[in-house]
Amino acid sequence: MSRAVRELRLLARDPLLLGLVVLIMAALLVFVLYPVVLVLRHSLVTPDGLGLDNYELLAQRRLYRNALRNSLGVATLVGALSVVLGYVVAFTLARTDVPLKRALHNLTILPIVSPPFSGAISILFLFGFNGLVTRHLLGLRDFSIYGFWGVVASQVFTFAPIAYLSLRGVLAGINPTLEDAAMNVGATRWQVFSRVVLPLSLPGVASAFLVVFIESMADFGNPLVLAGASFPMLAPQAYLEITGSFNLPRGAMLAVVLLVPSLTAFALQRYYINKRQYVTVTGKPTASTTKAVGPAAKWLLFSVVVLFALVVIAFYGVILVGAVTAVWGFDYTLTLRHFQYVFAVGWDTVKDTVLVAVTSTPVSGLLGMLIAFLVVRRRFPGRGAMELLSILNFAVPGTVVGIGYILAFNSPPLLLTGTFAILVLNFVFRYVPVGIQNGIAVLRQIDPAIEEAAQNLGADGVTTFRKVTLPLIAPAFFSGLVFAFVRAMTAISAAIFLVSANWNLMTVQILNQVGSGRLGVAAAFSVVLLGIVLVAVGVIGALVGRRAETAATVRF
Amino acid sequence: MPVDLRLVGLRKEFPGHDGGAVVVAVDDVTLEVEKGAMVTLLGPSGCGKTTLLRLIAGFEEPTRGEIWFGDKRVDRLAPNARDTAMVFQSYAIFPHLDVFENVAFGLRMARVPDAEVRERVGRVLELVGLAGLERRAPSQLSGGQQQRVALARCIVLEPHVLLFDEPLSNLDAKLREQMRVEVRELQQRLGVTSVYVTHDQAEAMALSDVVVVMNEGRIAQVAPPRELYSRPNSRFVADFIGKANFLTGTVVDARTVDVAGTHLPLSSDAPVATGQRVDLVVRPEAVVLRREDGPGARGVIAHAAFLGDHAEYHVRLPSGDLVVAHEANPAERGMFDVGEEVTVTTGPLHPLPPE
Repeated sequence: MSRAVRELRLLARDPLLLGLVVLIMAALLVFVLYPVVLVLRHSLVTPDGLGLDNYELLAQRRLYRNALRNSLGVATLVGALSVVLGYVVAFTLARTDVPLKRALHNLTILPIVSPPFSGAISILFLFGFNGLVTRHLLGLRDFSIYGFWGVVASQVFTFAPIAYLSLRGVLAGINPTLEDAAMNVGATRWQVFSRVVLPLSLPGVASAFLVVFIESMADFGNPLVLAGASFPMLAPQAYLEITGSFNLPRGAMLAVVLLVPSLTAFALQRYYINKRQYVTVTGKPTASTTKAVGPAAKWLLFSVVVLFALVVIAFYGVILVGAVTAVWGFDYTLTLRHFQYVFAVGWDTVKDTVLVAVTSTPVSGLLGMLIAFLVVRRRFPGRGAMELLSILNFAVPGTVVGIGYILAFNSPPLLLTGTFAILVLNFVFRYVPVGIQNGIAVLRQIDPAIEEAAQNLGADGVTTFRKVTLPLIAPAFFSGLVFAFVRAMTAISAAIFLVSANWNLMTVQILNQVGSGRLGVAAAFSVVLLGIVLVAVGVIGALVGRRAETAATVRF
Repeated sequence: MPVDLRLVGLRKEFPGHDGGAVVVAVDDVTLEVEKGAMVTLLGPSGCGKTTLLRLIAGFEEPTRGEIWFGDKRVDRLAPNARDTAMVFQSYAIFPHLDVFENVAFGLRMARVPDAEVRERVGRVLELVGLAGLERRAPSQLSGGQQQRVALARCIVLEPHVLLFDEPLSNLDAKLREQMRVEVRELQQRLGVTSVYVTHDQAEAMALSDVVVVMNEGRIAQVAPPRELYSRPNSRFVADFIGKANFLTGTVVDARTVDVAGTHLPLSSDAPVATGQRVDLVVRPEAVVLRREDGPGARGVIAHAAFLGDHAEYHVRLPSGDLVVAHEANPAERGMFDVGEEVTVTTGPLHPLPPE
């Protein structure tokens, strides 16, 4: 008690900062916690009051039971396959001296910056009813890609790069002199890997698995495109309950069922596994000797990496070609018809999407850095709650957030449904966690005395943040911006509940086009979307590059 | 001189880790600093000296007690509302700003007009010898130059109180001594009241008008350097400041004390009663060794080391005690050998108050 009072009084010495803390806390409660609570509450609504009736349906109805089983099964397998693939690529690119590292890295992470279901579209082009491979090369007539394997394939393509990025960090952080030391005491190359490198990276493997598991559970686009009617999954089923049958309580119930494994995995990852990460990074510079992998093993690994890169090229190539092909499967003449459609009929959607992304990105970036600053550098009651709340949205599936937003903001005083604001708010609070995590990591490496010096010289808390902290964490700020922008451009699961006739998004358009069988238009939309994202990432990247240079010269 | 900085009954508690006992970092500290004085807070690590400085700066809030700048009470003010400027141990120079903007930072915060900023920053950079480096990035400066930027950034503000948190500890020995002189000269020229934290007793002696020795959160002694050295008020202070021999004796009269049967002179200004048992301090350089027999204790050289400007001997007395003696200029005067028998006498012994 006395501690909270003391902390509050300390904060009150800086009224502007106190105001900000209160404001952020209120915003987090309204835009993060409140919608989720409403979903929970709504899942208990029955014709006669509150009860667990909706959840009993889970036992009674095969459809729901199967949806749960299918979602869990797919997420588990996708997690495992993505981690294996991600590990191979990360190990090869981070710890061996293969050629073309830069290009292979960029190709591998390309799926991260595209809409999360572009893989699904490529799969339809290649393996669908009129697929290039299935129908034309193999002449199959009754092959169906829809169902378990279709979803698994497109999700592995989508999420293996995420596993790759997180495992790359882990593997690059293992001190190579450990390998030298192991070999020095007589270990064979295989023993070096199985007894040293692998055990050291195991917490990272578990963490990557859980991250992919969460992503897969929450994924909306791939299942909607590829699951098909006979293979129900939770996220699309919740969406169908609400938009198809207008049954909000059942949709909310399915959303809660979706939420539970996701939150469990998140809690495991954050509070159990991350505390077990081995940090072997020291201040001493270590030269990688890269002798710990024999030539045969190296080229075998390399071929796997190249194979994945080729799949990426093929998938995007197919979308490019599909976008300029008249009717895939029947009429392969070149045409710009689909692009004309995008620029004529779909132009408003393109503008809306960019406007929403451009508005939400800087807000999300700034908010992320501000929260990171408050959490790391200030003491106030509710600090832990602020951190937890602001990263909670990362673990809450978009479907849950989307349903929560329509429940929360469909009536006064906060009547936001159908507006520009609800889309922006959704993106701001959904993608702020990554910025926060980056900001926290960077801030912990900056001597707090620098900020104390600013205060000592007369700067109040907000000025200190603006003039000193923010410039110092600029690299993290900009990479947070890239992430927020990419996600705002490519997100679907929550947004699909929030779009309206006035404000529509490209991802939703793409899904609609796929739904109505116009793959060419969907591909053209995807190409435009990917083009915008790559240009934006390039522009921000150029800014970061300059920033990073100044930041590099100011090491102390 | 009027009192310029006043600490009254200051106490700072930190909550213990994982619900452990409360840690008292600063315990009932009362101190008055005259205007324009340089005061050092000296003590071993963990003695509370840095916490005390951070309390004055406002980075910590006292659990109890008051802090006054002149006739203004400041202990509830935010750091940016206090008229202090602090030189940090890590310098804490803003890495994204050049030298000029670093020094100008505080003036900009106070919304000083541009022309005046240029004028004052220019003057201060001249003063600390950094003129011409205005547009350098901090990373392009040497350690000593960074130190000067940190100093310039503070004095340009003409603060009420200037604070130093072990500012020289990152410099090499030579540069440290040079900067020590510069800091002292600058502080005297500007006449700004200063509080300086260090664990280096030589630095404290060289810099300050008054030294505050701290131990376990409390003030052990407040005194000018000379008094601190010759009349420590406790075994802790005597041991922490320079080297010291500790002996026990019986007071014979106001000028004489008996130590293990040898009569030695007693420092005159301490009130002691005849026949009283007292703990005594004598500095190694006040211990006199002679080859020839005479009044004094007989001892044997147990250890001898040549240290350039002086030689250090450990002399074992018949009582079993070891006495450390420093003899000046051994290069000219020659040295005693290990095993040699010597006569030991001392200058006046300083009695410690009973603990």
